[in-house]
Amino acid sequence: MIEYLHVKALPKELADWRDQIEEIAADEGLDFFKTIFEVVSYDKMNEIAAYDGFPTRYPHWRFGMAYEQLAKSYAYGLSKIYELVINTDPCYAYLLEGNELVDQKLVMAHVYGHCDFFKNNFWFSQTDRKMLDTLANNASRIRRYMDLYGYGAVEQFIDVCLSLDNLIDFHRPYRPTERQQALKPQSDLPDELIGAGMELPRLKAKEYMDEFVNTDSYLDEQRSRADQAKKEQARHPASPERDVLYFLMENANLTRWQRNVLEIIRAEAYYFAPQRMTKIMNEGWACFWHTHIMTQRGILDQSEVIDYADRHSGTVAPHKGRINPYRLGLELFKDIFERWNKGKFGRAYYECDRLAQKENWDTGAMQGKQKIFDVRRHHNDLTFLDEFLTPEFCAKQQLFTFENNPRARQWQIASTEFKEVKSKMLSQLTNMGQPIIEVYDANFNGGELLLTHQFEGVALDDTYTKPTLKNLYAIWKRPVHLFTYRKEKGREDAKSILISYNGSSHEEKPFDLE
Amino acid sequence: MSRIKQDHSRFRDIVRGKVRDNLKQYISNGELMGKQGGKAVKIPLPQIDLPRFRFSSNEQGGVGQGQGQPGDSLGSNQGQPGEEPGQGEAGQNDGEKALEVEVSIDELAEILGEALALPKIEPKGGATVVSQKDKYTSIRSVGPDSLKHFKRTYKQALRRSIAMGQFNPKNPVVLPIKDDMRYRSWSTSEQPQSNAVVIYMMDVSGSMGEAQKEIVRIESFWINAWLKSQYKGIETRYIIHDASAKEVDEHTFFHTRESGGTMISSAYKLAWEMIQQDYPPSDWNIYPFHFSDGDNWSTEDTKECLDLLNDHIIPASNQFSYGQVESHYGSGQFLRDLKKNFNLEDADCTLVCSEIKDKSGIIDSIKEFLGAGR
Repeated sequence: MIEYLHVKALPKELADWRDQIEEIAADEGLDFFKTIFEVVSYDKMNEIAAYDGFPTRYPHWRFGMAYEQLAKSYAYGLSKIYELVINTDPCYAYLLEGNELVDQKLVMAHVYGHCDFFKNNFWFSQTDRKMLDTLANNASRIRRYMDLYGYGAVEQFIDVCLSLDNLIDFHRPYRPTERQQALKPQSDLPDELIGAGMELPRLKAKEYMDEFVNTDSYLDEQRSRADQAKKEQARHPASPERDVLYFLMENANLTRWQRNVLEIIRAEAYYFAPQRMTKIMNEGWACFWHTHIMTQRGILDQSEVIDYADRHSGTVAPHKGRINPYRLGLELFKDIFERWNKGKFGRAYYECDRLAQKENWDTGAMQGKQKIFDVRRHHNDLTFLDEFLTPEFCAKQQLFTFENNPRARQWQIASTEFKEVKSKMLSQLTNMGQPIIEVYDANFNGGELLLTHQFEGVALDDTYTKPTLKNLYAIWKRPVHLFTYRKEKGREDAKSILISYNGSSHEEKPFDLE
Repeated sequence: MSRIKQDHSRFRDIVRGKVRDNLKQYISNGELMGKQGGKAVKIPLPQIDLPRFRFSSNEQGGVGQGQGQPGDSLGSNQGQPGEEPGQGEAGQNDGEKALEVEVSIDELAEILGEALALPKIEPKGGATVVSQKDKYTSIRSVGPDSLKHFKRTYKQALRRSIAMGQFNPKNPVVLPIKDDMRYRSWSTSEQPQSNAVVIYMMDVSGSMGEAQKEIVRIESFWINAWLKSQYKGIETRYIIHDASAKEVDEHTFFHTRESGGTMISSAYKLAWEMIQQDYPPSDWNIYPFHFSDGDNWSTEDTKECLDLLNDHIIPASNQFSYGQVESHYGSGQFLRDLKKNFNLEDADCTLVCSEIKDKSGIIDSIKEFLGAGR
């Protein structure tokens, strides 16, 4: 695997520093998978980063697009990637060739923070730690499909799947049901020999015997029986299904290779989901530890202080237009550390109403370190902010909300109130900032697909909704409908509508769920 | 070829519209044009944005950090989605992107040349049009007393005496000897005389709207950038015309709004006068550019234009470029007339015509104009 990367072995000097940093990290209580550092050239770094950190992905233009963006911004001196680490066991981390020693030390300290987080955070517990292999297998499977069914056809279908890949249930992996396991990809026998009936009951057979045991006539019989059963059931699924991709895989009329491609896209979406769910925490945790290891544990040389400060402040500088996850995470971990060290928690503290006393509160509890380790184990960004964002912190960090002011044609600061800021943050983190969309009924008007959007006050972007419905139709092959709400210009209340696509045109009408 | 190169060339093919036409609707192009006076330039990053169900960003707003009171502005919301501040934490709003880079005009031209694979231009008459100029800016160790440079002489003497250990700070006497003497002298600098001229002509009749002028503005900016990188000095002249033509300065050229009929020959006549007066074709590289929506007043006038081009302007110029901008009112007849009367396919034909449908056609048009390397 790694031979493919043509990476250079870690030079002696860096290897010595790595050993030293690893020892300190372990001494501080960080607990990580074995971490392998590789030094790569910037070009290679851009390539790996374009592939989300993995050496082998299936062929797709979007990786080329990411590569172009990375390469161009590097070429024009606008940005460079210092560090890249992936959630596998062992952990692979890439260092950029030619960086200064202080940068490499900082990155290594930072990486051990990430590795600890990958290994111990609950939300990563269900991820595939052999993802290097899995992704490579997926890639070769898709390459094979491209050989068999044509590059264009497969690529086009991948595009369709990707356009729906945010319609998964982010909490599914943590529910103890037998259905959470991804479907195993089936054999690659041509569909015309077998039919598309994956969900049909089949007789047990070895792969090469499958087409003789589960013959077409047998499967047709099973299919008509299943169709009959489906018709008898009034609504399908019985309760709304949030894992839209899973539902499509099980119920849409797809060929076998299409079903497998859909499953691959879905599995990869699930794999990358926890990284988006814990971005603030993960970066904050890594920053917390690189700060500590570099400055408190003697890794930083005096001559490097200025460069280190420059790099560090570049990373954690606040942005006006959005939240910098590095900064927010770091400051919040520091805040928790300090609060639990001083005993600023518990009933006595919360009920104290004298500001000065609260400010100078110090019981000498010294539980900070244990607390932050607990926090990093249990929380994701949403619960992290929900539990630990305090009014004091919010004021100190000068957080605010902003809104679009159409009359002034500007983005304007809307509020610095704690309540507003917190609720805005939480709403943006809920469902990872994606609209919650569920399969409500696949038997709508007899075999048409009805999705519902759980409306929380923010409407969907119309320019994207319609083409997405088109893609959904490409999979379902029968008319598809989306139940959502729309805000009229200048009015606060929203009205419920149904947007439909029937294969040739879009339609929109007022609608109410019964 | 490495795997990423394959994916990359696939992406480029899609962007160029060679394959997968159905994806083209999602392509958003960053702007190629920088602020004309300033140095910041946007490098385009074409992006294909796969459609997904997502929140409308204008309604959403977000959370930011920094000093400020409610009501303070965070910048215009008229920009493209990529520039807006509303990049919420969870990574939505991947809209159009463009990098803002500080580059000089020279670098810009180079980028342009590379991006469009433009050939280098072979100038004519270049060598003879260099003038020499002497200036007393240099120093020599011999010369007439009248040109003696006292300060430099004593400096040199001081330096020498310190180096030899003879200098005594308590008795600071410095005596120059012959070797310390310094005299003013001249240096010769070669001044390349500007030997290329670009004559821009634009139709400002009623049918040319703001959008059309914007296209002309962007296009001529890039053409200027490229020609400047190819010639040491370059002159630009601007002519606007409706039924009559007049020479204007750059600002007027881009901002004027006239209305009236169109007599293209008036502009060509003025250009030819200009060439005769100021730019003898044997020494000058002449690049006339004419932008119009192709709507000429009468066939007689078109006939006059063709004669002017054929007999005078085209033989005198390195290349005559005609860009036709599409507008609602223009008939586009002039381009057809040019095509009828000149064999544009001929490699020796120095008339280049280009149709510019909209902003996205600018790049192709520049390539058509400058691709020949004349």
